[in-house]
Amino acid sequence: MKFETFSTADSFLQRLDPRVKLLSSLALIVVIALCTTFAAACGGLSVALLLVLAAKLELKLVIRRLLLVNGFVLFLWLTLPLTYPGTAAFTLGPLDFSREGIMLAALISIKTNGTVLVLISLLATSSVAALGQALVKLKVPAKLCLLLLFSYRYIFVIHQEYLRLVRAARLRCFKAGTNLHTYRTTGYLFGMTLVKSHHRAHRVRQAMVLRGFQGQFHSLYDSSVGKTEIGFALLMLTAVAALIGLELLSRISS
Amino acid sequence: MHISEGILSAPVLFGGASLAVAGTLIGLKKLDLDRIMEVSMLTATFFVASLIHVPLGPASIHLVLNGLLGIMIGWACFPAIVVGLLMQAVFFQYGGLLVLGVNAVNIAFPAVLCFYLVRPLLAAAKTRPLAGFIAGSGSILLSSISMALSLAFTDIGFLATAKITVLANIPIMVIEGFITMFVVSFIGRVHPELLWGAAK
Repeated sequence: MKFETFSTADSFLQRLDPRVKLLSSLALIVVIALCTTFAAACGGLSVALLLVLAAKLELKLVIRRLLLVNGFVLFLWLTLPLTYPGTAAFTLGPLDFSREGIMLAALISIKTNGTVLVLISLLATSSVAALGQALVKLKVPAKLCLLLLFSYRYIFVIHQEYLRLVRAARLRCFKAGTNLHTYRTTGYLFGMTLVKSHHRAHRVRQAMVLRGFQGQFHSLYDSSVGKTEIGFALLMLTAVAALIGLELLSRISS
Repeated sequence: MHISEGILSAPVLFGGASLAVAGTLIGLKKLDLDRIMEVSMLTATFFVASLIHVPLGPASIHLVLNGLLGIMIGWACFPAIVVGLLMQAVFFQYGGLLVLGVNAVNIAFPAVLCFYLVRPLLAAAKTRPLAGFIAGSGSILLSSISMALSLAFTDIGFLATAKITVLANIPIMVIEGFITMFVVSFIGRVHPELLWGAAK
């Protein structure tokens, strides 16, 4: 299974220091998440679209990802117009579609998709290993960074291990269905995965202690903040300031 | 189980974030360097659980198993869940960055509660399956209620949506209850010390 769909493309965004990307994405997402006007939300979405273009990602993959994460938004579109209190925009048989509900669902859709595009273009273009090292440099508690780096390291191993158990079950004619047998089998397979990973943790820990592990995770990545990074940070700062200005202006005028 | 970014209001987002930071700091404090590999491996394993889909009628659901994680490692599940959610945001763009705090609290707090309430039942082999079922279904029930509350506190107009969320989670509660029950009774027979070895 491939997780990091977007970190392999090659553009200046992939090469940018992950610290700058992490902080810029956080700033952009906070502004997008907190804005309450259409102007600022659309502004945020356009910034995010420009970033996706700059990252030179395969648009087909980006669109497929957007469709997947819009599940909750779809659910809001199904419920909010019918249940949100407000004046009816139009009536369909016994159903009243509230104007406020539709507006809110539309605003949320813009904000959610803007955020997802920022995540794709700024975070998903780095590997988690690089992001973990960036968090270390940003003075996030060391144990949390180790937790991120180690668990990222072993997700793939453990996933393979689980899939091997599933394959063994299939060879013995296991077919998943909505029944207790399926839940029991899944429970046992996952239980076995837990037991195996417990033993693996024990072995890895011993190996690390033997090699003198004292809580540092040295990295071979060497990224530094250069002119490109400072330029990009300034650009993002301007964008964030512009979005805040847009939000305040349209709040005053409405 | 995720709330997407762009829905919740500022007080809910910042409240959730501060609670998540507090929970994570407590969890990290209780987690010494000796056990970091053990908990990392569990974090990875529970991340894999979120990739496991079990059929439910014509559709399928993915596992959460936060109750199981809670009874196994207690407060350390807070940082583990924060890390899991961060990786989901980077890999699949589920959830977001600012809303990560609220999502982490919604998932980790019920897990910690399970640790205190259900764990005493784990010791005896007789009550172990029951403990597993309560932890599995109870944590999903509490998670969906707290998710519904985050929506309702944002805007009272979300109330109906929030109620539907809880109702939609009922089948998941049953399935998670059974699966957690089977996992717990399996580990209880195969490797019982794993159930309490990691927690302190």
